[in-house]
Amino acid sequence: MYRIRFHGRGGQGMKTASRILGTAFFLQGYEVQDAPRYGAERRGAPIFAYVRASKDPINERGIISQPDLVIVADDSLVPVPGAGVISGIDAHTVLLINSDEDPDTWKQRLNFNGSLFTLPVETEARAELRFIGATCTGAAARLLGVISRDALTQAIRQELAELGDAIVEENLSRALSAFGLMEAHAGTVNAGSVVSAHDYQRPQWVDLPFDQARISAPAIHAAATSIAVKTGLWRTMRPLIDYEHCNRCWWVCSTFCPDGAINVDDEGYPHIDYDHCKGCMVCVAQCPPHAIASIPEQDAQAADNEEARA
Amino acid sequence: MTRKLLTGNGAAAWGARLSASDYIPAFPITPQTEIIETLAGWIDNSDLDARLVTLESEHSMITAAAAAASTGVRVFSATSSQGLLYGMEMLYTVAGWRSPFVLVNVSRGLASPITLGPDHNDIMAARDSGFLQIHCATCQEVLDSTLIAFRLAEHTRVRLPVIVNLDGFYLSFTREPVDIPDSKLARQYVGDYDAENIRFRASAPLSQAVAVLGGSPYSYFRYESHLAAQDSLEIYHEVTEEFNQLFGRQYDAIDCYRSDDADYVFVMMGSFATKAKEAVDQLRDTGFAIGLLRPRLMRPFPAQIFQQLLACKKGVAVIDQNLSMGMGGVLHSELAASLYGQAHAPPLLMSYIGGLGGRDISSEEFFEIASELRLSAEQGKTPPPRLLYTKTELREVRKLQAVAHVERQDLDEGNTHE
Ligand code: SF4
Ligand code: SF4
Repeated sequence: MYRIRFHGRGGQGMKTASRILGTAFFLQGYEVQDAPRYGAERRGAPIFAYVRASKDPINERGIISQPDLVIVADDSLVPVPGAGVISGIDAHTVLLINSDEDPDTWKQRLNFNGSLFTLPVETEARAELRFIGATCTGAAARLLGVISRDALTQAIRQELAELGDAIVEENLSRALSAFGLMEAHAGTVNAGSVVSAHDYQRPQWVDLPFDQARISAPAIHAAATSIAVKTGLWRTMRPLIDYEHCNRCWWVCSTFCPDGAINVDDEGYPHIDYDHCKGCMVCVAQCPPHAIASIPEQDAQAADNEEARA
Repeated sequence: MTRKLLTGNGAAAWGARLSASDYIPAFPITPQTEIIETLAGWIDNSDLDARLVTLESEHSMITAAAAAASTGVRVFSATSSQGLLYGMEMLYTVAGWRSPFVLVNVSRGLASPITLGPDHNDIMAARDSGFLQIHCATCQEVLDSTLIAFRLAEHTRVRLPVIVNLDGFYLSFTREPVDIPDSKLARQYVGDYDAENIRFRASAPLSQAVAVLGGSPYSYFRYESHLAAQDSLEIYHEVTEEFNQLFGRQYDAIDCYRSDDADYVFVMMGSFATKAKEAVDQLRDTGFAIGLLRPRLMRPFPAQIFQQLLACKKGVAVIDQNLSMGMGGVLHSELAASLYGQAHAPPLLMSYIGGLGGRDISSEEFFEIASELRLSAEQGKTPPPRLLYTKTELREVRKLQAVAHVERQDLDEGNTHE
């Protein structure tokens, strides 16, 4: 059985990516299981999706703890502990990372000796935000080696049909060029085996101790904890106020911001708290003189770094 | 018939569509919402000729469902977790009306703390309501069970509402290949709803009253519902047999996997039971004669069938994905009650709590249960109920508690984050 895990952020299309791959397997005659997995978070929060494919009926369910292929659509997730990107990977696992950095850098960083591929920046296949899912899926399909170009094409047409022809074609061209890019590595991914009852690693089982309610009640008593949670990390797009055009209207942006992330100073100018702005772009849509631009967070961060260096 | 990848939610919606539901009262809740979204989409596109109404709560939704069923139309509805509990008063109430309809519940653990992951405490809370309960393990089963549920609910000897249960995430959001039955054949199977003496018609005002009664007549009506629920086991056999003839899929009240020649047996319900199948295969490879019994019916409880299937087994491990505080697993208790005093009942009936709030049950956990099962059988002793938890998991919880502790101290010292 193939066990594949997609990692990305809410809004980057990981569910769709897993469905495209699932459908491609299905069209190729496999039994399939695909599913997204997320909590109560929204856009930008780490999510993962998984695909299982086998020639036999699938009885496994839920989390894939030992993946054959891990696809990381957003490399900024690798160091986020909660994202669990590297959980359960071993020498047998193939890693595919959408990243500007080269495979060797990643191997060193992760202390990983197995097969690792990046979707390089120079080529057409470099995943742009909107097409990350399709691009990664195209590359993954080729790395698996058992999915034909036709099955991939048909799967994309099927899964994205509702979005209209133009978007389908755009996704298709990204996916197919990524598919082509991995040609030399077709079939690198090997289907893994099941955990055998003969020789498995026995977890250390414990009996839960009795704790008094003062410890075991699921409550956190503390003030202003939401300030400590940097929800700004969820952002994929960044709102940027152009103060030349801001006419200090009546602070529409600050009123509409659902996260209270815009404060107005004494002179009536709005300031965005990027530690907590989740990048919903409501302010961008509401600003009467269109003084707030939206730019991809990745680009904004690159510019920040540039500035810091200079 | 088409074979397609469908989520459990999609499969439930197809079940409602193929049984030609007329009225769908709805209220959204994660992880059920996709069911009503799908149905609403079909109604908009004229793929489904039904009326969908969004109510202001599950309490009203269940009232509307039963009220509509009392006019003799076919009713489908769906909810989950806190929603099911919010409608609980009406669940008990409308079951007594004896107006049949089908309610899908997408299982999700209950607060507190809050979780989105599945377990069966929500559906177990509806155990004594008078609704019959069918529990599913695959997306295919969700679709098929919805059709079967209408046959069962509307049968003249039953006339009780039925809940079809599927696990959140593991089925609700998981796509699997599903055979979508031919719609004509499905209609033929479900048939028309013969509402008998249930009659409300336009322009013919009537009232349906439920009286306030003393204990004696009250007992009569309550016990009649119980008899109908018990009797429905036979009807279940009939309607699933017929289903098998038409569609080639057999849904016994208890799904048996390699249990005939087994000495030991796992018993569990819901989608995690397919993981148990996998573990059974692995354990069989090591020469351990173990099998699996998965009750599809929780109400009526197939006690006699359990008695037959478990006769002369050496040991049974019940894995409950629910927890009755101060007692333990509900399925374990019910099975114990069914087996007590029966000739050839297995001498060992162990209890495990697993998969609460969607916590994974790993192969290793099944293997551990199997080895404890063997050991206890050899020693002739039944160990106390157990939640298998790993040291790593406990360490993670301790970390969270340490964070909470620091916050608490900060607060006590008058510090804030500002
Ligand atoms: S994008 Fe604008 S409205 Fe949205 S959270 Fe950020 S500042 Fe607030
Ligand atoms: S809504 Fe636009 S113009 Fe008004 S204060 Fe905000 S940025 Fe300035």
